[in-house]
Amino acid sequence: MGKDGSSHFLTTRLDDFIAWGQKWAMWPLPFGTSCCGIEMMATLSADYDLARFGSEAIRFSPRQADLLLVAGIVNSKMSPVLKTVYEQMSEPKWVMSMGACASSGGVFPVYSVTQGIDNIIPVDIYVPGCPPSPEAVIDGLLKLRDKVQKGDTHSQRRLKAGTPPEQWVLQ
Amino acid sequence: MSDDLSNSYPLARESDSRAAVAFGGGTDYSVTRDSDDLWDDSRVIINIGPTHPAMHGALRMVAKLNGETIEKSYCEFGFTHRAKEKLGEHRTYHQFVVFTDRMNYCSALINNVTYAMAVERLMGIEPPERAILIRMACCELARITDHLICIGIGSVDVGAFSYFLYGFHQREEAYTLIEKLCGARLTTSYTRIGGLMYDAPVGWEDDCKAWVKQTRSVFDEMDRLLTTNKIFLDRTKGIGVMTKEECLDYSFSGPCARASGIDRDLRRDQPYMFYDQMKFEVPTGTNGDVYDRYLVRVEEIRQSLNLLEQICDRMKPGPIWADDKRVRIPSKIDVYNSMEAMIHHFKFFMRGFDVPAGEAYTMTEGANGELGFYIVSKGKPMSHRMRVRSPSFWHFQALTLMSTGEKIADMIAALGSINIIAGELDR
Amino acid sequence: MNIFTSLRTNRGDWAEKFGPFWTKSIEKLKAKFGTSIEEVRMPGAYPTDVPIVFVNKAQIVEVLSFLKTDTDCGYNFLADYTATDEEAQPRFELVFNLYNRDQGPRIRVKVKVAEGEESPTCISVWPGCDWAEREIYDMYGIKFTGHPNLRRILMDYRWEGYPLRKDYPLDGYQVFPDSEAPDPERLK
Repeated sequence: MGKDGSSHFLTTRLDDFIAWGQKWAMWPLPFGTSCCGIEMMATLSADYDLARFGSEAIRFSPRQADLLLVAGIVNSKMSPVLKTVYEQMSEPKWVMSMGACASSGGVFPVYSVTQGIDNIIPVDIYVPGCPPSPEAVIDGLLKLRDKVQKGDTHSQRRLKAGTPPEQWVLQ
Repeated sequence: MSDDLSNSYPLARESDSRAAVAFGGGTDYSVTRDSDDLWDDSRVIINIGPTHPAMHGALRMVAKLNGETIEKSYCEFGFTHRAKEKLGEHRTYHQFVVFTDRMNYCSALINNVTYAMAVERLMGIEPPERAILIRMACCELARITDHLICIGIGSVDVGAFSYFLYGFHQREEAYTLIEKLCGARLTTSYTRIGGLMYDAPVGWEDDCKAWVKQTRSVFDEMDRLLTTNKIFLDRTKGIGVMTKEECLDYSFSGPCARASGIDRDLRRDQPYMFYDQMKFEVPTGTNGDVYDRYLVRVEEIRQSLNLLEQICDRMKPGPIWADDKRVRIPSKIDVYNSMEAMIHHFKFFMRGFDVPAGEAYTMTEGANGELGFYIVSKGKPMSHRMRVRSPSFWHFQALTLMSTGEKIADMIAALGSINIIAGELDR
Repeated sequence: MNIFTSLRTNRGDWAEKFGPFWTKSIEKLKAKFGTSIEEVRMPGAYPTDVPIVFVNKAQIVEVLSFLKTDTDCGYNFLADYTATDEEAQPRFELVFNLYNRDQGPRIRVKVKVAEGEESPTCISVWPGCDWAEREIYDMYGIKFTGHPNLRRILMDYRWEGYPLRKDYPLDGYQVFPDSEAPDPERLK
């Protein structure tokens, strides 16, 4: 209620309101394995400061995080670990694939490297670069926020569609 | 709630609420319990990693604990194995430059330089003076950034977060300098066989000297913040000790060996490039613990800053490519205007150049220790064997030795101090 | 032909600086071990940077500990330990790059190992050989007699084939359903 007695209110859809809340408080789980991990740390440290977008709370426990930041290469030994971490995160959850290695295998078309983490888990946003600059990571985060606002991420879509949990992870 | 020997009832009316009773010895637990044990069969096996925040990169340690003390442990790695040695046999010498960045990504420039030196050595090429000086400046810049990461993240592991922020800010400034050279921050791919990708821009030396000056003052500040900090001293002194003999057994090199009192630095003892004409000192420690490794790295940053200044003073304009047709990339103007240069350009990038048959093990003083490339050539554009001697591989091996009998939090501090880079460890 | 002459970028002419030292230590090695030293390749005659000493694999532990402790050799630092696939008979070569930390010269020791053969472990000389041997086993499938824990190190324990062998394809990817659980047996 305003000072003059008039009433102020805002109409919105509940979904939009929830998505608005979610996009401002993405807690990342840094799954940093190699070179991209160092750039991810640079993004989190003082010069680039991811806290401006509500993502300063780094959570190393998958139970407390909702953004899985896969920074760096995932190989055949690591992919079961990545899958486990993804399954441990609670819904809704988002995945950012940071860098060429995570997105496609990059310059390593070799026996050990998984050619893109989308072979293992669904990815919402890909950030190109080898490694991406911190600006690119921030840009990727902003684009992901837009997607969350639209309800266009894998997690939100399958919640809407009511997909059973056993089909969440790609086989 | 009260002790067995207590003879009063605290809640009774007559009992004095403040009366403290001292008991001599208390219940004798040693009758039923092993004196080493907290309680019977208290050994717990815990698994740290591969995505644990304290394990730098993707490493894993499985430890058997007695209470909080590590009794036995083993380490596992290979979670970032990218088959760079195999790629060395399937990529031309020119193409392999990009893979060298991704080994020790904290000091990619040193890897670039060492690799270029290794191939040049096999081919008998010597780059001109300016190229060598820029390479030396690159090495020292990379060494400083690597040490800043190591002591920065090492201090986060023992709880000093603001120190890390200071270090990372200064590192960003160093990245600006590196970006001016080659446009990339981390994975530089700056060197080419026989020269450099680009010349340093005009005035880069002055920028570099200004950065050195600024870093010195910031570094003094950082030094005051941590080096005599009581908590930091308690957490690091006498932790993760490696003796001189153990260092030799486990092939320790670089700052970790120097912290144990091994006075060896390849820049001084096996001078390469122009290091024999530069003035610098090699710091050594005595105890070989986490604190000494920290001190050695801090002093090395100071020496590297001095070196950087000397190198910048000596830099003069000049050519950056060795005068050798085999390795020199033809200039774009020629490529677009003459048929021969076009064919040469095409052959250079599609087929590569032949390296004469032979084998050499070329090593430099990397940021972590002796970084070596053992290349066996059979006279083809691709190597027969491309072996990378990464210091992290040998240092990580000794972690179980360092941490046995220590508390689990001390293991984290020891791991931070030997600066394991997963990309270099797994290759 | 010596392809490594006076390169300022590469720490000077080693053959000139360390030539007498190398000759002396190799003569002493030959006198001590005789026929176990199969072949010696010197930098001038063969395109290499340091002398290569081929040693019979039965004697390798003794040769290495001699090179490490003898006063005229003093190669006390194991700089690198690896292998190569020569695609010839015998198929593999183990390569030791040694460094005399006190006087400066380096030397390379090689051991020829045929496919399916085992080589003795060198952990008794340098405990650091442990992981290097595991890596060689992982990448080339060369087994080491007496190694306490010879299992894969870089690849998954279920991996099939040896990636760095020349006949292994570059893109031979393998999928595993789960990662290895902690093994209490290794902590006994």
